[in-house]
Amino acid sequence: MADNLALLFDAPLLIVQLLIDGILIGSIFAVAAYGMALVWGVMNVINIVQGEYVMLGGFIAFQLTLWGINPFLGVPVAAVILFLLGIGIYYGIIRRVVDKDMFISLLATFGLSILMQQLMNQIWGSQVRTAQSGLSTWFLFDYQVTVSQVKLVAFAGALLIGGLLILFLKRTRLGQAIRATAQNPRAARVLGIDTNKVFAATYGINAALCGAAGAFVVMAYSVHPYTGLPYTVRSFMIVVVAGLGNLPAVILAGLGLGAAETMAGFVLGVQFQVAFVFCLLVAILVFRNTMLGRKRRYLK
Amino acid sequence: MLRRLVRACLAIVGLAVFAAGPANAKVEDDTIYLGAAISLTGKYAANGEHTQRGYDLAVKMINDAGGVTVDGKQYQLAVIYYDDESTPARGAQLAERLINQDGVDYMLGPYSSGLTEAMAPVTEQYGIPMIEANGASISLFQNGYKYLFAVLSTTEQYLASSVALAAELAEREGRDPSTLTLAGAFENDPFSQDIRAGVLADAEKYGITVVIDDQLPPELNDMAATLAKVKALKPDILVVSGHDKGASLAIRQIEEMRVDVPLLALTHCDSADIIGNFGAAAEYTLCSSQWAPTLSYSDDLFGSAGDFAVLFEETYGYAPPYQAAESAAAVQVFADAFERAGSFDKDAVRDAISATKMETFYGNIEFDETGRNIAKPMVLYQVQDGNYVVVAPTKWAAADVRFPTPPWAER
Repeated sequence: MADNLALLFDAPLLIVQLLIDGILIGSIFAVAAYGMALVWGVMNVINIVQGEYVMLGGFIAFQLTLWGINPFLGVPVAAVILFLLGIGIYYGIIRRVVDKDMFISLLATFGLSILMQQLMNQIWGSQVRTAQSGLSTWFLFDYQVTVSQVKLVAFAGALLIGGLLILFLKRTRLGQAIRATAQNPRAARVLGIDTNKVFAATYGINAALCGAAGAFVVMAYSVHPYTGLPYTVRSFMIVVVAGLGNLPAVILAGLGLGAAETMAGFVLGVQFQVAFVFCLLVAILVFRNTMLGRKRRYLK
Repeated sequence: MLRRLVRACLAIVGLAVFAAGPANAKVEDDTIYLGAAISLTGKYAANGEHTQRGYDLAVKMINDAGGVTVDGKQYQLAVIYYDDESTPARGAQLAERLINQDGVDYMLGPYSSGLTEAMAPVTEQYGIPMIEANGASISLFQNGYKYLFAVLSTTEQYLASSVALAAELAEREGRDPSTLTLAGAFENDPFSQDIRAGVLADAEKYGITVVIDDQLPPELNDMAATLAKVKALKPDILVVSGHDKGASLAIRQIEEMRVDVPLLALTHCDSADIIGNFGAAAEYTLCSSQWAPTLSYSDDLFGSAGDFAVLFEETYGYAPPYQAAESAAAVQVFADAFERAGSFDKDAVRDAISATKMETFYGNIEFDETGRNIAKPMVLYQVQDGNYVVVAPTKWAAADVRFPTPPWAER
């Protein structure tokens, strides 16, 4: 560990490299996390199947490349297909568990995630899949720092999607209805909002976000039917840190998590990279709890 | 009244099914049943399928050639399969089921060391001979098991040959091997950790300094942190072992980050299809393999290694990864052992397997007292002009190794 720190001091450009890589992967986590924050905030459902939607989006883009179609087209295509799928799943399953105990919805989405894994395995097999974007890499500082163009596109895409989502929630009628339902479903219903439709749209948007993220994942990293879990865990973590209903915070938390994770992987060794994420989660929860405790004392 | 009658009928039917059930399925009429629990779903499904296809192809070829002659009578082979869902607990359950309910007396191995590790105690307890082709972990052969046999080379040999090759190349250039440095990234699972132990032991033997020794968590989808370190420390050798995902990630990110390393060695290149997926970026990569279609092994059933490859591709539509070849060889060992044992007694068959000494298209097979095949070396491929070419050991080499890998700026 000391060696690794010394290495960072000797070659500060490495820090730049690690930060870039971390922030770029963090942006993809952030997109999946927007969706989770939405579903959690509006429907009070923790969507465990998040990571599988990401993988499915990746497989759809991969399938397009098999048909000779540019995988970038996979971003909108996966988003549309997953939007429809999300709405279908809402009416079939999620609708029945929305106002139930959170444990029930956890179980339902957990079951869904197993089902999706097996279905993807049946359709695409259990090979690790990647799609070639055709983009190359930029080199800075005499090849010392590399920036993969496809990851940069994914980063820009993530920010764009985040921005559009914020506008959508602020400006459109449906967005306003979603926010109203998040604040108080009963009041929203009294005011004539069809909360069932709002829930369906929210869940569909979440699936679409994951699908778009997945299309980027297959181009920049890889997809496999059983590796959705890291995306679910990271989304969960980001939402816990950023809080519900605060999209800019979700973006920041996503980027920060990616960067912190990559740095930790470098300094502590990759074997502690995921452990670091969980330790950070615990630390943040403890910190938040003490801050809340202080606030409560004032109120008294 | 009616209900009681129904219940009685059900009980009788149940008993009848139980009694007539396949309690003695090991040899029925003229068919010998082998049992196998294979990963048809779950994370090993791709390689599980290769395994099953290897078994099936060998069974079909043996049956087409007249089957197995035991004590003057001809028998056909058949395999009873179950899906172990890539989980060790399920594998152990299924082994029990195959033995107790299906009455199988001979087992073919599952895919992966982890599954084999879970099933071997069960087969051992019942004294069922198991020939496995896909559990390479050396730790499987350190428990004193008597009924477990492996046709493949064990893990510590996987990438050790790449270290030896690097040392040899250094000497050829007039450089002392002990000045070399090595970086390794190994997944956190029994298989890759065994490989790590083998590589580290070999590095020590040549006095090579290990500058990076990272352990990749199985859920990791990004190797940037490790590769940034490789870029900074510029080791002479980079070794990565992480099944298919490790191979894909390594090739993609090494190209993307322009990591220059003179010698890169991986496992699972062919099952990850790095040539098909990454094209020119895969060039110069060294890959450890149990088997290669270009080797000069042969037998009467399949012909040469190349003939097997052609037959497999005609049957299943893709070139056989070594996982399929070694699985086929496991069935051949069983057939050979039945004929030599001349009986279906489990222990007689076990002793016959133990005394195996045969040449197959997959390589020579001869077991030591722990059940490992000691007659077949690992080979090392290099990706050269879009093909896997055997470059080591020298005896089988079809071409010279291309070394060092030129820096990305010149590729």
